[in-house]
Amino acid sequence: MAYSAKVMDHFENPRNLGKMDDADGIGEVGNAKCGDIMKIYLKIEDGIIKDVKFNTFGCASAIATSSMATEMIKGQKIEDALQLSNKAVVEALDGLPPAKIHCSVLAEQAVKAALADYYTKNGIEFDPSLLSGCGGHCDDCESCGH
Amino acid sequence: MKTVYADNAATTALCPEALEVMVNCLKDNYGNASSMHHSGQAAAEVVLQARQDIADCIGADVNEIYFTSGGTESDNWAITNAARLGAKKGKKHIISTSFEHHAVLHTLMKLEKEGFEVTYLDVHEDGYVRIDEFKKAIKNETCLVTIMFANNEIGTVQPIEEIGAICKEKGIYFHTDAVQVVGHLPVNVKEQNIDMLSFSAHKFHGPKGIGVLYCRKGIPLISFMQGGAQERNKRPGTTNTPAIAATAAALKKSCAEMDKNIAYVSALRDKLIEEIVKVIPRARVNGGRTARLPGNVSFCFEGIEGESLLLYLDLKGICGSSGSACTSGSLDPSHVLLALGLPHEIAHGSLRLSLSEYNTEDEIDYIIEQLPLVVNRLRDMSPVWERIMKGEN
Repeated sequence: MAYSAKVMDHFENPRNLGKMDDADGIGEVGNAKCGDIMKIYLKIEDGIIKDVKFNTFGCASAIATSSMATEMIKGQKIEDALQLSNKAVVEALDGLPPAKIHCSVLAEQAVKAALADYYTKNGIEFDPSLLSGCGGHCDDCESCGH
Repeated sequence: MKTVYADNAATTALCPEALEVMVNCLKDNYGNASSMHHSGQAAAEVVLQARQDIADCIGADVNEIYFTSGGTESDNWAITNAARLGAKKGKKHIISTSFEHHAVLHTLMKLEKEGFEVTYLDVHEDGYVRIDEFKKAIKNETCLVTIMFANNEIGTVQPIEEIGAICKEKGIYFHTDAVQVVGHLPVNVKEQNIDMLSFSAHKFHGPKGIGVLYCRKGIPLISFMQGGAQERNKRPGTTNTPAIAATAAALKKSCAEMDKNIAYVSALRDKLIEEIVKVIPRARVNGGRTARLPGNVSFCFEGIEGESLLLYLDLKGICGSSGSACTSGSLDPSHVLLALGLPHEIAHGSLRLSLSEYNTEDEIDYIIEQLPLVVNRLRDMSPVWERIMKGEN
């Protein structure tokens, strides 16, 4: 199993790494038992993601997918960020080994969870189907057998 | 960038003596050891001498040594053979441990599907089987005990001699996977009451693709492949003269220098363990410290994941290994760490550094300098570590 040069670059030099004290939305997905947790912080102004930070516990691809996802949504309108798919993250990283695809799913879910948190905090109603998929609720997930 | 190779439990560098013998064999001694002409007979003589040298190193007779493709084949062969012998007598119970190598575990799982019952002994949180629990596990139907000599991930050495003595008394075959031990710690199959023993050359600076099964005289050994009459009709396939000669060269050297190597490598190990637990908080040493392979260092660092740790270390030139799920290609962390009772979240943060006499004190100092930096870097970005620091875990 080998990672692409892009994955290794984002692993070695993660973009937007860090925490945010005054975040407008925070999303955390994953489960330490499964070996991955991603936490994404968003700063939102006028419907645009002005800044984004992430913290991740996990393997190289978990770190790389978090880094790539934050880069892809920074400066984007919320509506566009909500369209971020795990597939797009994988493509932007020039692919992931099959066993690591779940990392990209977590990255997508972390972004959506942070946006949902923003909506909730601001009393904005949103269509829950935007958060389609697993929602990153690894505690309720059986797919990895825990 | 310099390479600090600290993954000797995975494989080792070939020693110059083995390399020389191997190349000479490949160049000059290319005859088939089964051929009657002088070229073949020259190869046969090399093999005979190698077999004798290897037998001497483990206290066996020359006719008790069988060459195989490696530790996995030796394990499969020994266990399956003993199980078949047991089944003939209606004995279909086997005793093993929960932290064996997959070459043993998966062979046992196959036998379970065929109707054998296997008792997997608990190795407790320190990684040692308990003799009283072993004794209690023995049944009238027990046909085989297979317990590894030392664990490949956490380095704990089992009370093999004692287990062997009990098996001998009860008339139960005793096999041990000694892949991590031969060439590193004293092995004497007679004194240690071992009926069958598996090992492979590449763990003691020999070549890959060659292993040995020692099988005590008097135990019927059945070939599991069909073919020629090599290895006294037990294991067909053209004799791998270069690898066999190199195995003997490497093992002779390892055994001749064993006392010196044990003292040197254990000192490196102890320094590495002690310095790291001093500098890195919430670092756990896996496996007891009392009976441990000289080169084995195994940690779990809370709040981080092993694969990213491994790859950040690799960027610093340090080669190690991890039992995290992400490195195994499965979804669970190593069965060895889980067998110690470690929770998944801790087992994910494991790191094994396995040293050899080729490592220098400077290299150990370099690891002691770099490892805390890498662990801190990962902890700084870890939401799990953040929670631990806030006292939420």
